[in-house]
Amino acid sequence: MRAYLDFEKPIAELEAKASELRSMLEKGSAASLGDEARRLEIKAYQSLKELYAGLSPWQKTQVARHPERPHFTNYIEHLIEDFVPLAGDRAFGEDEAIIGGFGRFRGQSICVIGQEKGSDTESRLRHNFGMAKPEGYRKAIRLMELADRFDIPVLALVDTAGAYPGIGAEERGQAEAIARSTEACLQLGVPNISVIIGEGGSGGAIAIATASHVMMLEHAIYSVISPEGAASILWRDGTRAQEAAVSMKITAQDLIKFGVIDQIVVEPAGGAHRDPAKAVSHAGKAIAAALTQFTGKSKEEIRELRAAKFLAIGRKV
Amino acid sequence: MNWITSIVRPKIQSLLRRETPDNLWIKCPETGQMVFHKDVEQNLNVIPGSGYHMRMPSDARLKHMFDGGQFDEIKVRDVPTDPLKFKDAKRYTDRLKDARTRTGMHECVRTGYGTLDGTPVTISVQDSDFILGSLGMGAGEAIIAGMEEAVRRGTGYIIFTASGGARMQEGIFSLMQLPRTTVAVQRLKLSKKPYIVVLTNPTTGGVTASYAMLGDVHIAEPGALICFAGPRVIEATIREKLPEGFQRAEYLKDHGMVDMVVPRKDMRSTLSTLLNVLTKTPKINNLASPDQDAA
Repeated sequence: MRAYLDFEKPIAELEAKASELRSMLEKGSAASLGDEARRLEIKAYQSLKELYAGLSPWQKTQVARHPERPHFTNYIEHLIEDFVPLAGDRAFGEDEAIIGGFGRFRGQSICVIGQEKGSDTESRLRHNFGMAKPEGYRKAIRLMELADRFDIPVLALVDTAGAYPGIGAEERGQAEAIARSTEACLQLGVPNISVIIGEGGSGGAIAIATASHVMMLEHAIYSVISPEGAASILWRDGTRAQEAAVSMKITAQDLIKFGVIDQIVVEPAGGAHRDPAKAVSHAGKAIAAALTQFTGKSKEEIRELRAAKFLAIGRKV
Repeated sequence: MNWITSIVRPKIQSLLRRETPDNLWIKCPETGQMVFHKDVEQNLNVIPGSGYHMRMPSDARLKHMFDGGQFDEIKVRDVPTDPLKFKDAKRYTDRLKDARTRTGMHECVRTGYGTLDGTPVTISVQDSDFILGSLGMGAGEAIIAGMEEAVRRGTGYIIFTASGGARMQEGIFSLMQLPRTTVAVQRLKLSKKPYIVVLTNPTTGGVTASYAMLGDVHIAEPGALICFAGPRVIEATIREKLPEGFQRAEYLKDHGMVDMVVPRKDMRSTLSTLLNVLTKTPKINNLASPDQDAA
């Protein structure tokens, strides 16, 4: 059973009717029902395409957080061969909110890091809903430094509501860990590509998203604070999140206009969760193309290009 | 109503009012003690009895740090105003205008170049009186300019941080100041001159998650709140009371995040010594050196 979002109700109804007809057809009802089912299916697909072409920022927020949306693990399964996850920050512990390791992308060695939100209660708890603690960022730093030393490019898959706000995280220097991780991204003499696959939440995202080439999936969001957080600070009313989502300009379409991101990766009709394999394959193509921009560039050039790109952000909007 | 209430009383009241403006007495936020504002001002904005460190205005801070109160203010390139066309209770452009009129500052970060006990130095001060010292494009650009100035002039760089976090009205552009200022920090580090961060109350959010935690040396003022996620956010997440002194300067020192907690009265001399030792500047004073004594 597909999980429909509230604004997908008309499509849910069309699809329910179509599948009802299909099951009647299987039980041997008149063949004319087949035509009717087909008609409904086409109609549902058309409405879905139209609906998703005009999603509001709040609807995109819901899509970006959809439980069936492909997560870090799905990208690894479809894109990376021989993936070897590595664990621990060598200082305090292992934080499974961020997964990182080395593997092969289209034959070439690659380092992949990113947040995993989990897909059921047990795994969500284990991955702390993709909200990393300092250990997670320090593991990311460790892996980025390793990649740099071995001349292996870095891919960051960003999907987090934000860094975890808790006593332990603060105690162990959440802010310092994020700052150092951003610094590690900027220090890389190998190219790094970041893809915001769902939510790009604030400092918790930028710590690994500071990349030579930054992409967002079509319905992903990227923001300095969650719409709920913004609403509760600006209007002292978390229920005004829909308004905040609009005024914060958090969609890929806004951010490419601002020059904050470099590319948008198109999602299948009805969002990445409708066809995860296709969504991941689109991202794979984009990642491969982005990496070729940097072949033959020296470490110094790669660092300089990245630094210059970030310094230029906002200088002409 | 008679002539006493209508004429005499207002006159007396206006006289009284003239003598007791609202800001004549300052209440200590910690002890509640009432202190004469001149006494606080003369004590570097520290409450004489309790030692509570009040906000020190950026102008007073810069004058206090530089020899003879003299410095050249560094110019900052213009940034686009209100890229999001943001409006909450107020238009962001109006909020900026009000802050500028009220404080006389263009943005929350000011930078000066001058000398500290004879040593050339570049110093930036973030002022929480300007939209809570929040980090937006203007502040980011000012910090980058300050660091670039230090590199160009070959001086050490000191920043006094104070910030409520991100300038939310600038959305993603506020977040982008984290990597942008970090680029400037990296260039500063390549120049091999010291980068000293003085964390003042409060330093939070995106500021702590970037340049404020990337210094060669971290100094905090006593009692300063220094954190990534604010206490209210954490309480709302974990639904329990936070421990006493949590996220205060002393707590950060205990947890290895700052090198020292220095009271404001000792800040100037501490920074001077640190700057000179790190840059291997010979000590200049009126006392004869041991060598000369021997001769």
